[in-house]
Amino acid sequence: MKRRSILSLTAAAIALIAVAFTLQPVAAPAAAQKTNTKVERGAYLVKIMGCNDCHTPWKMGPEGPEPDMTRMLSGHPQDMAMTPVTLEKGPWGWVGAATNTAFSGAWGVSFTANLTPDSETGLGKWTDETFVRAIRTGRHEGQGRPILPPMPYPMYRNATDDDLRAVFAFLQSIPAIRNKVPQPIDPPETE
Amino acid sequence: MRRVALIALLVAPYLLWAVCVMDGAGTHGKTVVAPPRLSETGLYDSSGAIDPRNFPFIPQYPLWSDGAEKVRWVRLPAGAKIDVSDINAWRFPAGTKFWKQFSWGGRKVETRMIWKVAEDHWVFATYVWTEDQTDAVLAPETGIAKVVDIGRGKKHSIPSKEDCLACHQSSPAVVLGFNALQLSDDRDPLAPHAELLSENAVTLRSLIKSELLSPLRSDLAIYPPRIRERDPIARAALGYLSANCGGCHNDRVPLDRLGLVLLHDSGGASNAPEPAHATAVNASGRYAMPGIPEDSSRIVAPGAPERSALLYRMRSRRPSSQMPPLGTAIADDEAAELVKKWIENLKAK
Repeated sequence: MKRRSILSLTAAAIALIAVAFTLQPVAAPAAAQKTNTKVERGAYLVKIMGCNDCHTPWKMGPEGPEPDMTRMLSGHPQDMAMTPVTLEKGPWGWVGAATNTAFSGAWGVSFTANLTPDSETGLGKWTDETFVRAIRTGRHEGQGRPILPPMPYPMYRNATDDDLRAVFAFLQSIPAIRNKVPQPIDPPETE
Repeated sequence: MRRVALIALLVAPYLLWAVCVMDGAGTHGKTVVAPPRLSETGLYDSSGAIDPRNFPFIPQYPLWSDGAEKVRWVRLPAGAKIDVSDINAWRFPAGTKFWKQFSWGGRKVETRMIWKVAEDHWVFATYVWTEDQTDAVLAPETGIAKVVDIGRGKKHSIPSKEDCLACHQSSPAVVLGFNALQLSDDRDPLAPHAELLSENAVTLRSLIKSELLSPLRSDLAIYPPRIRERDPIARAALGYLSANCGGCHNDRVPLDRLGLVLLHDSGGASNAPEPAHATAVNASGRYAMPGIPEDSSRIVAPGAPERSALLYRMRSRRPSSQMPPLGTAIADDEAAELVKKWIENLKAK
């Protein structure tokens, strides 16, 4: 009798756990809470993925170079003209600007994008789908020119859709900064 | 009590399994994969000839593929019709398959397949031909870089799945070369790289005659779609742009925000301007042409090919400026010359 009771209780417990799992979506947080969680998750990911390293211009601070957070994630400053650098043959492969927002190498000159939600110069008119496709394909807007080095999209493309959408949600929540980043400069013709 | 326990024990694993399956279905959906070999896709019959259920078709404005010789086939499921209620976004019945074979110098290099396995579920695959040309093998989703010399020091690459989707998922219709304009019986004699229409090739009229369209749209057999330009040069230029650029540059998703619509609208009024003419001519684009003042660059500057970013980017095969941005390594000189003439002619108007 005692054994039967233990068996019954165990079975009932397993069934209850199963039912609880099944009903889990019903107990999910409200939409607003979800959005906050998504933005917070995005903020966390942006921090650990190093987005500010290149998309926020660096300046010289009291203790050395530091990201200028008044221009957070606004990309290469539009008024800072850069010209291609020709490197001597040797172990050096590419060079970066002091702002860490422009890079010259075999691919030409690349400039980091304005990731703020400015509608004309940033990602204001993008959708999260466009953002995910851009990272997945390594193409500007998910279908245009190649995204250039040193943007580490080959690593970021392995992120989950949820994580990429969270990053986009955070980027859409930060202050918009108008800054028209220059077009990339192609490398010299080799033919 | 024992019975309750037994039922609970029997039900519990099922409930747990059900949770797992629901999660799996939510993230992965139904999985249908392309066969490993082209010979298993249904393109050929048992004798190795093209299966008689597959019909060739020849778009009047072929997509530029670096001079490849191309052959295309379609198979519609028996008894099924194409839903053309949106004339610019044909919806194909589940089971429809398209193939396109690419050759250079008489050697088959790859054959691509688009297969609609279920409503809103397409399989994209490309098969690379073996050295002995007897069959083709499914390529990896990442594509294969530089498989064959195609002249001018360039090589052809097998596209990745992502590259396929970049165009095929950006258009109102998933299939880009099989639509009202491309199959129109009013074919453009000046279309660049036009191919001779074979006797058994599918056309709009043959689809109507076979009652394969729903609604039937028999009016399109009498008034076949065409680019709405009187000048033959303009007609051919805008037809080319529609076929080669309109897959991405259209008024739907996701580049509609650019305001540049190069896709022909087969449902437009006969006196409506071509979208390409209306949105490209004299328009300031986001792309600034190098070497000229930024404010003088236009997408199409009437009478001024040297200030027309569209032509500059057509001619470019540099990574940051070339258009189309993928699927081609050699500029289409013949089409660029045609578009240049169109731009020059705009001056007089």
